[in-house]
Amino acid sequence: MKKITAVIRPDKMENVKHALEEIGCKGMTVKDVKGRGIQLGVTESYRGRDYKVDLLPKTEIEIVTRDEEVENIAQRIIETARTGDIGDGKIFISPVEEVIRIRTGETGDKAI
Amino acid sequence: MSAVLNTGDTAWMLISTALVILMTIPGVALFYGGLIRRENVLNTIFLSFVSFAIVSILWFVYGYSAAFGADVWGLIGTIANPFFSGVVESNTLSSYAPTIPTGLYAIFQMTFAAITLALISGAVVERMKFSAWLAFIPVWFTLVYLPVAHWMWGGGWLAQMGALDFAGGTVVHVNCGMAALALVLLLGARKNSRLLPHHMGYSVIGTGLLWFGWFGFNAGSALGASNLAVSAMIVTNISAAMGMLAWMLMDKIKTGKPTLLGALSGAIAGLASITPAAGYVSTTSALIIGFVSAICGYYAVSYIKPLLGYDDALDVFGIHGISGIVGTIAVGLFASPFINSATTGGLIFGQTHLLGVQILAIVVIGVYSFIMTLAIGKVIDKFIGLRVSDEDEIRGLDINLHEESGYRLS
Repeated sequence: MKKITAVIRPDKMENVKHALEEIGCKGMTVKDVKGRGIQLGVTESYRGRDYKVDLLPKTEIEIVTRDEEVENIAQRIIETARTGDIGDGKIFISPVEEVIRIRTGETGDKAI
Repeated sequence: MSAVLNTGDTAWMLISTALVILMTIPGVALFYGGLIRRENVLNTIFLSFVSFAIVSILWFVYGYSAAFGADVWGLIGTIANPFFSGVVESNTLSSYAPTIPTGLYAIFQMTFAAITLALISGAVVERMKFSAWLAFIPVWFTLVYLPVAHWMWGGGWLAQMGALDFAGGTVVHVNCGMAALALVLLLGARKNSRLLPHHMGYSVIGTGLLWFGWFGFNAGSALGASNLAVSAMIVTNISAAMGMLAWMLMDKIKTGKPTLLGALSGAIAGLASITPAAGYVSTTSALIIGFVSAICGYYAVSYIKPLLGYDDALDVFGIHGISGIVGTIAVGLFASPFINSATTGGLIFGQTHLLGVQILAIVVIGVYSFIMTLAIGKVIDKFIGLRVSDEDEIRGLDINLHEESGYRLS
């Protein structure tokens, strides 16, 4: 089992969610997060003075899935979240040791 | 001719009073609350609300009498009716506004004292102890607001010299601006003094309520449902609109893009600057007043403040203080006997006396407010301490001073 953590543009969230639903990937956890990449944020200006804002709002999607579905899901996220400009975000994939469904006590793939 | 209660005037003044209350709670509270860090939103809003509550009580205990009671040497009023006892029961009409009850004039004036305190809070947010603010309110109200209001509006020495302040350019705006400046000099700069609004939506609502309530503030200061109230309403709106557009223009010229906060700030500069002039000037003068005050405000907050390095957090001096000065001088220039027969006119009518006393009023009230606030602040600092601990400042005032937070996950 793998965990896919995708940090994307907040405005791409709806597209990504629909695209994943189409390929049968329904479960996910979503958080509003802040972060930055190589370009270190943007400049904002209030009452005539400029301020460097170095953390930008992003949306983080967390999906735990079977190993064989990882590539397909990652591909769909890339297709739908991409604009080609700086700030599109990143996808991290990491191994998951165990999953337990609290209601039934099922474990492993059955619990996903 | 004996004075008779006019129900139209009384109705308008009841409404105006309620409108000005809306400016403080929640107008100023929300305007300020949107501009600070999210960890301080409740404390910032609280400063305005508690100012309103304390002033509301003190005003009727002794405040109204001290400001508007029988004059003593031009300096202060006589406290003839402590706790407002017998005033409402006596059914008298106000000697300042002979067609409305004395009690109505008193509560209308109360709202001005309350908003002046609330406005000062914008300068000290994010670092002043709540207990120090609670101590500051009654002391400043008594030693600064009441005498100044008496000098200008209660038949005191500035009024006797002919100085004009229709709705609070000096009593409210110059006064709060200079007090704010004095307090921030004592408090010192915040650790993080960047102006990054955490929730502009609050500030939009706050500005809308201020603009709306300002019609009670200025048109209400006509003290009746008269043509003068209509004139005051029109020039108030024109100055606000012009102030907004002028600040947008400055934004465009200086940083390339108009900003919403800039537009809101310009509108408030326009509103504050027309305040002393609202009952004396024409619509053309209002265009100039709104435009000039926004330009001056822009330079004050974006050049003078960083140059001198004081941390007037939400620009109480830069916007209210400066606009109060601009508007009060403007009365000396543009006051017109055709708008208000109480004046023989300003400089454009060839009169120089008015301009002189207007400048005198600015200097005297500005210096008095500044020095007295420094002294009051020093004493409070000695006994209570003005500033929160470094730890509380960094982690935010809401959770540390009030044990509550504005935004919770659950």
